[in-house]
Amino acid sequence: MPITINISKDFGNEKARSSQWYRENRHGYQAALQAFDSTPDEIIDIVKASNLRGLGGAGFPTGLKWSFVPRDSEKPKYVVINADESEPGTFKDKYIMAWDPHRLIEGTIIAARVIGAHAAYVYIRGEYVRPAEHLQDAIDDAYRHGILGDDVLGKGFKLDMYVHRGAGAYICGEETGLLESLEGKKGWPRLKPPFPAVEGAFRCPTILNNVETIAHVPKILRKGAQWFADLGCERNGGTRLMCLSGEVVKPGVYEMNCGSQMYELIFEHGGGILGGKKMKAVIPGGSSAKVLTAEEADCAMSIEALQQAGSMLGSGGVMAIAEDTCMVKLLQVVTSFYAHESCGQCTPCREGSGWLLTILNRILQGGGRPEDIDTMLSLAANMQGTSICALSEACAWPVESFVAKFRDEFEYFVQHGKSMYAQRQLEAAAV
Amino acid sequence: MSINSTESSPSETREFEFTPDNLTRCLELIGRYPRKQAAMLPVLHVAQEQNGFISQSVEARVAELLDVPAVEVHQVVTFYSLYNRQPTGRHQIRLCMSPSCWLCGADKIKAHLEDRLGVPSGGTTADGRFTWHAVSDCLGACEDAPMLQLDKDYYGPLSAESLDELIEKAD
Repeated sequence: MPITINISKDFGNEKARSSQWYRENRHGYQAALQAFDSTPDEIIDIVKASNLRGLGGAGFPTGLKWSFVPRDSEKPKYVVINADESEPGTFKDKYIMAWDPHRLIEGTIIAARVIGAHAAYVYIRGEYVRPAEHLQDAIDDAYRHGILGDDVLGKGFKLDMYVHRGAGAYICGEETGLLESLEGKKGWPRLKPPFPAVEGAFRCPTILNNVETIAHVPKILRKGAQWFADLGCERNGGTRLMCLSGEVVKPGVYEMNCGSQMYELIFEHGGGILGGKKMKAVIPGGSSAKVLTAEEADCAMSIEALQQAGSMLGSGGVMAIAEDTCMVKLLQVVTSFYAHESCGQCTPCREGSGWLLTILNRILQGGGRPEDIDTMLSLAANMQGTSICALSEACAWPVESFVAKFRDEFEYFVQHGKSMYAQRQLEAAAV
Repeated sequence: MSINSTESSPSETREFEFTPDNLTRCLELIGRYPRKQAAMLPVLHVAQEQNGFISQSVEARVAELLDVPAVEVHQVVTFYSLYNRQPTGRHQIRLCMSPSCWLCGADKIKAHLEDRLGVPSGGTTADGRFTWHAVSDCLGACEDAPMLQLDKDYYGPLSAESLDELIEKAD
């Protein structure tokens, strides 16, 4: 099945960074103009019918999210774009910001039009210096051409759009952690409800969406909800940018129709596993997604299909793992990340992630105890449903799934003080 | 305004002040938000660009500018990983140690970099050229694994040779 090129056509095309080029060659800003001739409810209905889902990780239906914003509130409203992109294995939003920034700006204008927001903030992770510069250039270009500012596209609507750089904290990709950070505080997530739609930025009604989600909106308005819905599969409209990485021949961002096959991504587009090895496992949706065996990963890439397979499509970060990779060490790498990034607010997450890492380090150093494996499972169980945000689960799920599916590797490591694969490699060398 | 801290830098000899241009930038940044405090991260980025790191004196000046207690600034500076709390080398390297980079051999690159620079992660080379960190946060460039960030730019996929070249090219 050929890849449908919907929003990734201009990745690598420097001309697409100019608003003039975008207008002349991509029908740029026509959808925004159209939005001013439609009512907010009409736009929300189109987005709902398109089956556009949040592409940052949670997969919440976008139109529904927008409908929760109390538009009659007297408070100011805001649009906030989540460009924190920090889930390990995810690297798609930077392409949109660096190569096709006007698509994001246009989507932002439409979202602002829907709720009557006059300020929009793009919260971009601090490490993305260059993508932030490209986006800022495009925003400056848009102001110069009357696309942003006091009279957006001559429609008498005011919208200011700002790039807000983060400073290195994974938790700020969690939407309420992001809002705290945007307000100039440490990124401690808030209790929900209230949800950001009602009390978001500066405690005001807010549309908060991922970059890719918003970038899909202009074309949905221009070409229609049905067109977009038909590109995807049931309840998953359109295409999405899949990030393929790990032990594959051709890692990269591949735009694929929602519902396409995971094996098509890994073996056809990605060229299969490095060195002609067999694939052992796949982490299908960013490193917090539960690991799948190669057999389980032979499924469609829709939010529901991955749920059925026992994991999640999350942020679209697919990591392929070769047959002789040590899953104990890989879990330690994954857990190091979550232990480092736990914000420290909730005890189960702060302590649980630290203890999981301590135990994994002990096993890797050859000092594993027979009870360690079950202790990890017990810790992981107690980390779920006991904290304010999902980082705790994000740390627990890999532990549970790695141990459940590759327990023999953990037991071998504890028993022998070394990796099952270190031994196999030695044996292979001896032959 | 002062904070009792044992971590203030010995190199801090006078009060920090923004240059006139940077003060103008900070005021513009503050104007973007309905509350002054929201400009915290951007203003700290400007301060770090000017000063190289966030000292106690920088924290005090930022607190004054944003009209918040100094402890609020200190909390932020210590929460985020991109604010340096000590002087650094001329160049900063962040080597990604996340799952995709590890799967592609980041361990070997790390060993090579440590050997080459002669200081462990977190250290600054004796000639003051580099400060480097092996970071567990994924830098969002798994398609180029194993990779690193040198100042503002990303480089990858790395080999021992391309890493050597990168190190030699930096002044």
